[in-house]
Amino acid sequence: MNAGAKYEAVIGLEVHAQLLTESKNFCACANRFGAPPNTQTCPVCLGLPGALPVLNRKAVEYIAKTGLAFHSKIAPESRFARKNYFYPDLPKGYQISQYESPVCEGGRVEIVVDGDVRTVTLHRIHLEEDAGKNIHEGSADTSRVDLNRSGVPLMEIVSEPEIRTPEEAVAYLKKIRSTLRCLNVCDGNMEEGSLRCDANVSIRPAGSDALGTKAEIKNVNSFRFVKQAIAYEIERQIAVVEGGGRVVQETRLFDSARGVTVSMRSKEEAHDYRYFPEPDLVPLVLERAQVEAWARELPELPDATRERFAREYGLSEYDAAFLSEERAAADYFEETVRLSGQPKTAANWIMGDLTRFLNEAGGEIAASPVTPERLAEMLKLIADGTISGKIAKTIFEEMFKSGKDAAIVVKEKGLVQVSDAGEIERVIEQVMADNPNELAAYRGGKEKLFGFFVGQVMKKSGGKANPAKVNEILKAKLQPPTDSQ
Amino acid sequence: MKISRKEVDHVSRLARLSLTEDEAGKMTDQLDKILEYVEKLSELDTKDVQPTSHVIPMSNVWREDAARPSLPREEALANAPDTDGEFFRVPKIIE
Repeated sequence: MNAGAKYEAVIGLEVHAQLLTESKNFCACANRFGAPPNTQTCPVCLGLPGALPVLNRKAVEYIAKTGLAFHSKIAPESRFARKNYFYPDLPKGYQISQYESPVCEGGRVEIVVDGDVRTVTLHRIHLEEDAGKNIHEGSADTSRVDLNRSGVPLMEIVSEPEIRTPEEAVAYLKKIRSTLRCLNVCDGNMEEGSLRCDANVSIRPAGSDALGTKAEIKNVNSFRFVKQAIAYEIERQIAVVEGGGRVVQETRLFDSARGVTVSMRSKEEAHDYRYFPEPDLVPLVLERAQVEAWARELPELPDATRERFAREYGLSEYDAAFLSEERAAADYFEETVRLSGQPKTAANWIMGDLTRFLNEAGGEIAASPVTPERLAEMLKLIADGTISGKIAKTIFEEMFKSGKDAAIVVKEKGLVQVSDAGEIERVIEQVMADNPNELAAYRGGKEKLFGFFVGQVMKKSGGKANPAKVNEILKAKLQPPTDSQ
Repeated sequence: MKISRKEVDHVSRLARLSLTEDEAGKMTDQLDKILEYVEKLSELDTKDVQPTSHVIPMSNVWREDAARPSLPREEALANAPDTDGEFFRVPKIIE
């Protein structure tokens, strides 16, 4: 038995999501990424003495809607608290957060791993503010601080430690991201840091209920890193225990260049945050009628879309999950289906060629040069036999590059499918004449050569011959001439 | 004693204060007296009293989500002990 099978991992994720508000959480400075340093600050987010915070109502609406989407209980009354620590990116010396009474309690997130649906319970979701940004590069003896991000509304989504594998952690994070993007409360941009993830990882003997000592891995900011960091940390802890040692509670940082986690000793003592109620903010009371009104405003969420796609269009679980993950892709698919009436073919083209070209070009599906109208038109040309499925690949590529309609590309490139029996017969006869040896071998019983003839005919026709017709006519033609003829 | 010297050392470290031996001793005595004074409150029976976080009966003081102009950068950086004109500058943070 290998060491890995003797242990199971216990993983909890803390996801921080910046909310897509116009202004910051407690002041009216703009909440916008990428502005020149220190141009979006005011006395409140600079932490100047005497400045008072005023809560952004939209941020409350966004966290409540997130809680509703994940089936959390929305607290009728919640409070803000000060989390005290000193760091140069935190000018007040405390972060306004929530401690004993968060906006959302409990909840659940459905994930699909290897075709199985699992539920991860949420512990809570609370509202807080982001800190500024420290820049360490550029000088040996100073760091620089940009406070544009200070006070940006941040939501922390905390899971129960119910995640067991790196794959489940990734599925969980993906579901959180797609739901937040669907709700339009967070852009989910992990590169720019608007969605960030910390992972708490511990191990225990397989089958045990006890919780081991955990390590907290900070800032693992891509799906790939989440998987790598957790997998590495599990291996590391198993090695420590197998080696007769003990895991120590600590904060670790993922070093993506080396694929390892390293201890951050400097953070060790900082875990004493001395929370106390924030005296500058009064309690937040959410009336039931308000919460119900927000619940009615929720869009169709990815889980519901996935189920509907499987049911209404007969898509496989995998296809339905793929197409429902992003609202823009789901809309694109449905529009293509509405115009073409071909859900399965549409799904194949969107998940295959369209996704591939979009990835290569780095484009968004909503701005695809091949619009749902153009794709639907191309699907119709395939369905009515004007073009072959094979030629359609070439046509699609040209449509993507030029932004032209399918019919125009077909005309310009002369790619209309040839279904005329006489024309196909002529090509076949030519191929038979060019390959007497193969013909003799086929007639001598080497039937595998049929594929060779199909290939030659398609090639000679420039890919334009109707494959079904080619098969049919070729079969007849390749038969040895009978005596009666 | 309501507070130990060890706790004073811990709290001063969290507050990034470096106290001399004399100051730490003085702080321990003074904090001890303050805590002893506040301790009087626990003589009250508060069994039936809800924990209070705010004394003003008020809730939901909030604003609509609209951005307003921020401070000009020169003003934002005006009180900084050190700046390069764009950023606040602080002693190197070592991780």
